[in-house]
This record gives sequence, C-alpha cells and structure tokens, in this order.
Amino acid sequence: MTIEKGQTATLAATTRTPAGRANARPARRRAGWGKRLELVLLLGPALIMFVGFVLAPIVAAVYYGFFKWTGFSPREPYGFGNYRRALHDTVFVHAIGHNLIIAVLSVIIQLPLSIGLALLLNRRIRGRRFLRLVVFAPYVLSEAITAVVWSLMLQPDGLVDHVFRGVGLGGLIHQWLANTHIVLYTLFVVITWKYIGFGIILLLAGLQNIPRELHEAAAIDGASAWHTTRRIVLPLLGPTIRIWIFLSVIGSLQLFDLVWIMTLGGPADASNTMANYLLEHGFTSYQFGYGSAVAVILFVICFAFALIYQRFALRRDTEGALTRIVG
Amino acid sequence: MSLGTPFTYLTAVLVVGITVVPLLFTALGGFRTNAQINAHPAGIPHPWITSNYTSVFTSAVFWQALGNSVIIAVVATALVLVFGSMAGYALSRYTFRGREGIYTLFTVGLLFPISAAALPLYLLLRQVGLLEHLIGVALPEAAFSLPVTIVILRPFMRAIPGEIEDAAVVDGASRLGFFWRILLPLSRPALTTVGVLAFVTSWNAYLLPMLVLSDPSDFTLPLGVAAFQSQYTQDTARVLAYTAASMLPALGLFVFAERHLVGGLTGSVKG
Repeated sequence: MTIEKGQTATLAATTRTPAGRANARPARRRAGWGKRLELVLLLGPALIMFVGFVLAPIVAAVYYGFFKWTGFSPREPYGFGNYRRALHDTVFVHAIGHNLIIAVLSVIIQLPLSIGLALLLNRRIRGRRFLRLVVFAPYVLSEAITAVVWSLMLQPDGLVDHVFRGVGLGGLIHQWLANTHIVLYTLFVVITWKYIGFGIILLLAGLQNIPRELHEAAAIDGASAWHTTRRIVLPLLGPTIRIWIFLSVIGSLQLFDLVWIMTLGGPADASNTMANYLLEHGFTSYQFGYGSAVAVILFVICFAFALIYQRFALRRDTEGALTRIVG
Repeated sequence: MSLGTPFTYLTAVLVVGITVVPLLFTALGGFRTNAQINAHPAGIPHPWITSNYTSVFTSAVFWQALGNSVIIAVVATALVLVFGSMAGYALSRYTFRGREGIYTLFTVGLLFPISAAALPLYLLLRQVGLLEHLIGVALPEAAFSLPVTIVILRPFMRAIPGEIEDAAVVDGASRLGFFWRILLPLSRPALTTVGVLAFVTSWNAYLLPMLVLSDPSDFTLPLGVAAFQSQYTQDTARVLAYTAASMLPALGLFVFAERHLVGGLTGSVKG
C-alpha cells in the first residue's frame, strides 16, 4: 500500500486524460510496480472470470469437436468426422435453415412493424407512457413463462382458436404447434410478441434524437408527412435500424429457450434450431464431441455474420460499441 | 403535431390488446376451474376460485424457486457490479500497453452465445465441483454479463472530467481512493443500468440453470414454470396460477426499474 501511495501522484499525471497521453511516455517508466499491482487487482478478477467461463469453454469446444467423446469415456480422435457428420445430417441442415427463416422473417416483418408502431407511439397521444410500458412488458418476462403461456393458449380449442372463431376466421384454425408446415411460423409469432417491444423502445430512442427543427423545416418547405418520414426520419433512424437488424439476426441464430420448452424442435424436427439440435445431441444423448462441433458451427455462423455485417452495414456508423467489436 | 387521429388510437388499442391478452389470460385463468377454462378459454372467472393461487402460494415449491432465483440473480449481479466496475475503471482511466486489446476481448464476448459454450462449461463446472450448486449458475452468468457491463461503463467513466481527478489527487486521494470515493458514486446511473440488465438476464435465464441444476429443490423460477407445466399437464388452471405468480416479481421489478432498463438497452446499443 505504501508503494502505491507514493506512486499515485505520478500515476495520476501519467494516465489522467487523453491530453495526458501525449506526454505520458517519460513518466510511464517510473510508474512501475504500484500501477501494475493496481491493474492486476482491478482487472484480474474480471479477466479470470471472463477467460475461465466464456473464452475457455469456446476454445475447449473447438478442441472437443475433433473427438468422438461421450464426456465420460476416453476421447477418441475423429478429425473432421463430427463436422462431416453434422453437415451431412439433413436434420441439422434444416435446423440451420429454420434459424435463417426466423432471421429473414424478423427483418422483413418485425422491422417494418416496429418502425410503424414506433412512429405511432412517438406521436402525442393520451396515455403514451402507459403504452410504452405495456408494449415493453413481454420483453422482461422470461422465455420460460412466454413459452408456457403461449403453449396453453395455442392448445387445440384453446384461447387462440376461440379468438379466431370469435372474429369469424374459424376456417383458418390449424394445429398451431403440431402441424409441421405451420409450427415454425407459430413460433415466429410468439417471438414477435415477446421481442417487438425491444425494437420499438430502441427506435423510439432513435426518434427522440431527431431534432424537431428538421420536422419544422420540412413542414415549411411543404413536405408531406409521408415525405418527411421517408426522406428525413428513416435515413436518420439508419444507425438504430442497422443495430436492430444485427441484434435481431444474432438472436434468431441463437434461438433456444422458446423452442426447447414449446416444441423441443418438433414435430418431426420441423421447428428444430441449431442450439436446440446442439443441446439435444450434446447433452441429452451425451455426444460431447459431436455437440461441440455443432457449437463451433453455430459460433462460426454468428461470427461470420457479424464480420460481414460489420464490413458492409455497420461501417458507416462511427459511434457505438458494436461497431468496435470486430473492427 | 396534432393530437392523435382515430387510426392512431385504434392501432394503440390493438397493440395493447395483443400484448395484454396473454397476460390477462394467465392471471385470470388462475382464478378459474379447468372446466371453465376448457369450456370458454376467453371467459371471465365465474365464479372466482382462489384455490389455485392459495395452493401455489402455500407450496414450498414456489417459494423455493423464488428464493433460488433471488440468490442466483443477486450473486451474479453483485459479481458483475464489483468486478465489472473495477475492470471498467482500469480500462477507462489507466494507460497501459494492451489496454485496447483487453477491451476488444471483452467486446468480442458480446457475440459469444451461451449455447455454444454450454457443453464445455458443463464439463468445467463438473470438474471444479460446482454442478448442482447455485453458485455454479451465478458465476458463469456474471461472466457472460461482463462484456455488456464493460461496454457501458467504460465510456461513462471516461467521460468524467479529469479536473475532478486532479482535485482528488491534490486532496491526497490515492488512485484507488479516487475510484472508491469519487468515481463509483459518480457512476451510479450507469451502475444501476448494468445492474438491472445483469439481474434481468440472470432472472430469465433458462439454459444454464437447466444444465447445472437437476434437483427440483434447486430449480429457479423459469425451470420451475417449465417443470410445473409438464408435471400438471391436465391441470391448466393450476399451471396458469403458478405462471402468473412467477410473472409478478419480473413485472414488479420492471415497473420499478423500467427507466434504467430501457436506458440501459438503448444506451448499450448506442455505446
């Protein structure tokens, strides 16, 4: 402690501000042990925790992926066998497809819906605060609760069917969770219910950053509401929209809880997702090597998307943590 | 701007309806009998039955799950706040070689899905004897919350003017003293935000508790809800009562901390 105290004045001078950085060089050598000790104390616990529980498992998954292994038996080297097996398993390939369908549907359906609702909720209407609170509420409920509630509502002859009949659409009723052609889209509706509030809140925050003067100037120039929205509001929402797309696609690629609880990927794997497949093989049937290979594929797909998206879409947004991630 | 049109209000009502109906169905369903629910899923309780709720609130299962959820979420949040703020301080106000590298490492962690790490994480926890322990859930959850915490805290701590630090140094504060007595109190808004985020994430987590905890007496609320549903498939009313009861803490916290949560989510995205 005494060493530190003696050193702190120099340290403060060394590291205080961006301006301090320029003349930091000569002082840095003297900073020495006290500063190092402080850094170890401050950064050590977080780094150990992060490396131990986040990085190491991902690295371990890469390693385990090259073995045939149940988690208990001795490991048997298997080269790229697990990867070959995964990419030749139509169930897994379809699971990737399901993740992609959810991702694409999110962008082409949830995004316009969120923008429209955000524009509406941004108007001055009575009870606006209450509206925002309500719209956001499903986002804070756990996936488990959402899954159980919707499973019960979607039961044959359940609430959803009664509502359809009530509004005269009885002919559209299906076995929402048991029909292989429909189950994925049913899940998408539940996903939309759960997560749309997040998009709306995000976009509302973006809308509030648009200066009022721009609206006024446009109105003076005789622009219609539609033109103002299209030419001014949407372009200025660009960064928010691009971030939302990023989060939404990553979320779609990692979809797990809702699927696991509502359908377990069924019926007949019609709603299987990558994460669901991973847990099913890796954990339920103890194929740790194989599950790890699947985990690596899942991770590589997410990472590849992030890199490509960063390169082509997020590049324009200079500020923002997500843009720095892989930059 | 004019005060909303009828169309605006109609849409607003529709949105509120679609959002609220599932919640009302759950809460009201708990006050009904299975016969009532089966006959009219969309009906109002008639007569009102309280036995479903009383059986939930008098059962040890519910309170145990609630307690486990609280313990895990509090521990995970505390770990994130303590270690995250320390790391945020080092990464925002110290100059040292490798700083940006370490920061990038943490931000890349934003992209790591817990599902991809799940199997090795399970093996690791088995190896160190943390399986079947609540702390075995809280520790990895805290670790996975560190990236977003540091991404929010670093710019916030960076923005606190250097003059304040100079004044503290003149008054004889050490760097750690400055951190403890001045920087942390000044960072309270950001700390509240990351705390709420970490708490909610932990509170709603399903995958990790599912892997680590197999004894029903260790279950968290999300595990409990899912288990309760598969256990009482025929007793819809009771499942609804249990589910509604487990919604209450999250919705209560939400009404209380909405500002921080919303601020945190939008803030974390904008950096």
